[in-house]
Amino acid sequence: MEDDAPVIYGLEFQARALTAQTAETDAIRFLVGTQSLKFDNQIHIIDFDDENNIINKNVLLHQAGEIWHIAASPADKAVLTTCYNKTSDSRVVSCAAVWRMPCDWDSGSHESPDDSAHNPQTLELLCHLDDSAHRNTACVLWEPMGDGNRVISLADNHALLWDLQESSTQATVSSTATLEGKGQLKFTSGKWSPHHNCSQLATANDTTIRGWDLRTMSQIYCIENAHGQLVRDLDFNPNRQYYLASCGDDCKVKFWDVRNVQEPVKVLEDHSHWVWSVRYNHSHDQLVLTASSDSRLILSNMVSISSEPFGHLVDDEELSEGEDNHQEDKSKEPLKDSVVSTYEEHEDSVYAAEWSSADPWLFASLSYDGRLVINRVPRALKYRILL
Amino acid sequence: MDAEGSVSDESGKRRRVHGMLKLYYGLNEEGKAREQPQSLDPCDINGPHFDPELYLNKLRRECSLSELMDHETCMVKQIRSLDSDMQTLVYENYNKFISATDTIRKMKNDFKKMEDEMDCLSANMAAITDFSASISGTLQDQHAQITKLSGVHTLLRKLQFLFELPARLNKCLELQAYAQAVSSHRRARCVLQQYSHLPSFKGIQDDCNAIMEKLALELRQKFRDGGTSARDLSECVELLLQLDEPAEELCDKFLSHARSRLELDLQGLEAEIKPYPPTPAPKEAATRKSSSSTAAGSPSDNSPKTLSLPSPTPNTDILEFIDRGCNEFISSLCLVITSYQELFIKHAQTGELASKNIPQMASGKLQAFVDDLVARYFSLVERRIQEEKGVGDNSLLVRALDRFHRRLQAVAKLLPGSAVPNRGTEIVIRAATERVKQYLSALQSFYMDSLTDVRQALAMPRLSVAGTGAHLGGPAAGRDAPNSLPELLSSLSASILNQLKSVLASVHLFTAKDITFSNKPYFKGEFCSQGVRENLVVNFIRFVCQSSRQFCESAGDKGGSTPPALLLLLSRLCLDFETSTISYILTLTDEQFLVQHQNPITPVTTLCGEAREAAQKLLNHYVKVQGLIISQMLRKSVETRDWVNTIEPRNVRAVMKRVVEDTTSIDVQVGLLYEEGVRKAHSSDSSKRTFSVYSSSRQQPRYAASYTPSAPMDTNLLSNIHKLFSERIDIFSSVEFNKVSVMTGIIKISLKTFLECVRLRTFGRYGLQQIQVDCHYLQMYLWRFVSDENLVHFLLDEIVGSSAHRCLDPSPMEQSVIEVICERG
Repeated sequence: MEDDAPVIYGLEFQARALTAQTAETDAIRFLVGTQSLKFDNQIHIIDFDDENNIINKNVLLHQAGEIWHIAASPADKAVLTTCYNKTSDSRVVSCAAVWRMPCDWDSGSHESPDDSAHNPQTLELLCHLDDSAHRNTACVLWEPMGDGNRVISLADNHALLWDLQESSTQATVSSTATLEGKGQLKFTSGKWSPHHNCSQLATANDTTIRGWDLRTMSQIYCIENAHGQLVRDLDFNPNRQYYLASCGDDCKVKFWDVRNVQEPVKVLEDHSHWVWSVRYNHSHDQLVLTASSDSRLILSNMVSISSEPFGHLVDDEELSEGEDNHQEDKSKEPLKDSVVSTYEEHEDSVYAAEWSSADPWLFASLSYDGRLVINRVPRALKYRILL
Repeated sequence: MDAEGSVSDESGKRRRVHGMLKLYYGLNEEGKAREQPQSLDPCDINGPHFDPELYLNKLRRECSLSELMDHETCMVKQIRSLDSDMQTLVYENYNKFISATDTIRKMKNDFKKMEDEMDCLSANMAAITDFSASISGTLQDQHAQITKLSGVHTLLRKLQFLFELPARLNKCLELQAYAQAVSSHRRARCVLQQYSHLPSFKGIQDDCNAIMEKLALELRQKFRDGGTSARDLSECVELLLQLDEPAEELCDKFLSHARSRLELDLQGLEAEIKPYPPTPAPKEAATRKSSSSTAAGSPSDNSPKTLSLPSPTPNTDILEFIDRGCNEFISSLCLVITSYQELFIKHAQTGELASKNIPQMASGKLQAFVDDLVARYFSLVERRIQEEKGVGDNSLLVRALDRFHRRLQAVAKLLPGSAVPNRGTEIVIRAATERVKQYLSALQSFYMDSLTDVRQALAMPRLSVAGTGAHLGGPAAGRDAPNSLPELLSSLSASILNQLKSVLASVHLFTAKDITFSNKPYFKGEFCSQGVRENLVVNFIRFVCQSSRQFCESAGDKGGSTPPALLLLLSRLCLDFETSTISYILTLTDEQFLVQHQNPITPVTTLCGEAREAAQKLLNHYVKVQGLIISQMLRKSVETRDWVNTIEPRNVRAVMKRVVEDTTSIDVQVGLLYEEGVRKAHSSDSSKRTFSVYSSSRQQPRYAASYTPSAPMDTNLLSNIHKLFSERIDIFSSVEFNKVSVMTGIIKISLKTFLECVRLRTFGRYGLQQIQVDCHYLQMYLWRFVSDENLVHFLLDEIVGSSAHRCLDPSPMEQSVIEVICERG
């Protein structure tokens, strides 16, 4: 049972921003935003044909500037947000905006797949997500599983909750939270919790992780010194509401129970450089993907702190009915927390990794040199989890 | 010559003659002659096979005439002397024969006379026999009468004794001659019992019984009083037993009496432990004092000694306590046991009481009694031993335990089946294991103390360096601090070793030859292998490794809480442990304690593995901490600058100089403890040459590609191809135990941070140029520290390349200008 070989796709430009198209649940589709200071930046729409192992790409122009962060609307396939750098008069400004993809980008590529790159269509700007007071947006978060009307942007030391109106063409700040303290505090990353009726937000600044209640816009917990160095990314366990994963420049991935922030529940130290991204699998939360600037992507199986620490309970019943002892023993031996696999297809730092929203066994990773790699969970493990 | 020859001839001849005579008379001279082989020579004139014909012929043939003449005269002479000898002999023999005949004749006459006398005697004897028979016949009647009379007499005497008995008993009672009374009564008792149907005897018996009851009462009273001496007491018991008193009751009384006295001893002992609260202070001080004296050069030495001086109520030390226990309690217990056994067991076995199962009952009671009291004694001893917390003078404890154990042997001898000595041994074992535990914790706290000292020692010069470094800023400033590192290391490891050795020596007392319990199987086997080797030595080594490892874990997130120099020092310490110290310590232990490897013990290799692991972890952590310190400087310098609107570079930035300085001082620090290590070969002046090659042939074309607008792909392609052929670099990876590897690790971490930070920024033209200058400067100084200078090239290359990508107006600076700036700064 040979695992399928990874599929590699090369972008012309350097890139950091990657997201799955969240609203799309049928096709395996990823969005990549490029970084180039000299050319028009692009958004690559990567379609993966699972059966034929073929990648189809479509390119949309993002002329506003180089893309640092990209997020797709959970409700509308065509809507996405980007955080980008604009350079004007030897000044660099970070902005954020909501965009709509032209509706016929798909058909266009079908007609003339060869020269689609030469004549790319442009994104349609819906609205800007910043005002004069709040600049330097680090990232934009969509409300998970929402109707696509609420986003949060993290700009400097402010968290802004925006209401999008009139099919996202108008954005108004409905509430803000400000991080106060000594020095120049700046949010580096954040995550909107899918639990508690989407009323919680987790943010990272420097070495600290903070939880916010969006109803009152006040801090509810704070993990001081969550990492020895900068915290780079966060993710919520999709099935266990108090569990949170974080990663950072101390090469560690930590798992937290936010009810007890004194000690992490679990720490992984498999990477040999900063960890830039951590992602729980949407359906099987024992699978955790981490991307690091040691050019590696690591898939870990964190059974002990997952929502199914003992595997499928049905298993035992089925097996005890008729299977022989040997099989039974094998199945009873519980899966241990372990690194499932280390992916070394990248040659440069991997800054982003994402699970597909359509296929829970598939994920993409993006390295700085513009290489996108699509991989699958090893079959043996997949069947172990499923059966 | 002739004369001599003739003399010898003469004597020879005479002997020969005598020999022949003896032969004649059948005498063999001491059996000698027979053994000698008879000469067969026919020419031997004295031999039995002498042939005169042959002899003559021989003479005639061999000798000259004169010789023959001589021979003849000689022979004639001999024959003549032989004849005269023969004549005298015959004469003598004849005389003797005559006298013998006379004697025999005289004897014949004498015998005849004697025969007559014997006949007369036998006739007389027969007459005597007749007379005696007749006399005895006449006297027989009278004899029977006399016998009967004497029988009656004794009976009458007995009767008189019986009638007088009550009076006699009363008198005895008055005189307190209890023993006599009892023996008299015993003699009469059976008779009285037998004839009790006769009224007169009955009366006597009643009287006697009444008196005896009174006596018994008196005896019991005496017994109960208790004030009497042991001998009186035992006499009392003996008498009471003879009076058929119930033995069980007596046993109980005896024991309870003994118990009250032993209890007093126990209370005395308890009183010595009792003053618990006030004693520990002086006690601890005393032990502290002794412990610090054993720990040579221990830092706790300067603890205030005045504390130990005022000791108002000095508690008795354990030896005194045990002594007292032995002398008072154990010896009186032994006394009680012996007298009890004498009275109830041995005595009863011989007497008529044996049938009543008394010995079994009595020994059962004794067992329970002894067990109970000894248990209380043991609990006291254990309490006392537990108070013995200080690890100072082990010999005192060992001697006390030895005495304790030795004295229990006496009890064991008296009570062969008793569990007492075993339980005593158990106490000794417990005390020993407890002691080993205390030593372990003492060692551990000693180790932690020494670490604190090392930390302080490290911190002191560090402050001064920070002071001098501020205005000097040269690499010489870095030299000051770590100068003492090797000294600290050696003093630390030496003091650990010394402490361990002294502890081993103290523990060794437990197994000394002259200690009684050292022969117990526990002390021969388990104590050595499990107690000392595993629990003490191995656990201590493990503790050292573990506590060292904890420095990595606890301090991991906070970074600076452990001084990096300490990490380095500990790493070297663990490495030394691995290479030599562990095997040395374990061999020492095995030799001292003759550890028999019967139980599974931790092998040296496992411990060495652990130590090596700890050393590796510490060194890795050191690299990480130092790398992070430099990374932090680089990161701040990149993040806080506005790279787009910076001015044209004129100097190398100060932070780069600082990085090089710090790296140099780290290099010095590591060099003090670790060997150089191997680096990939490069020529001595490679800094210049390689760099110029690197910058002109490799760097420049890449720039050319990167800012040719028509070919954005080329950059990626080029760098990707380059990466394909270069090895993947693990940034935070394990390092080897040498300086070069450590430095390589630190530099890797720093430069990678630099790279990642650069990638997050956007640069203007001069920003790029500044980075170029900085990288060139780093290149000039950092190559010498690393094992493979290509690594530095590659990372710096990446940095410059990435900043060129992130540059809005990428126009690089002339290489020659860069070099000029760098050389100037």
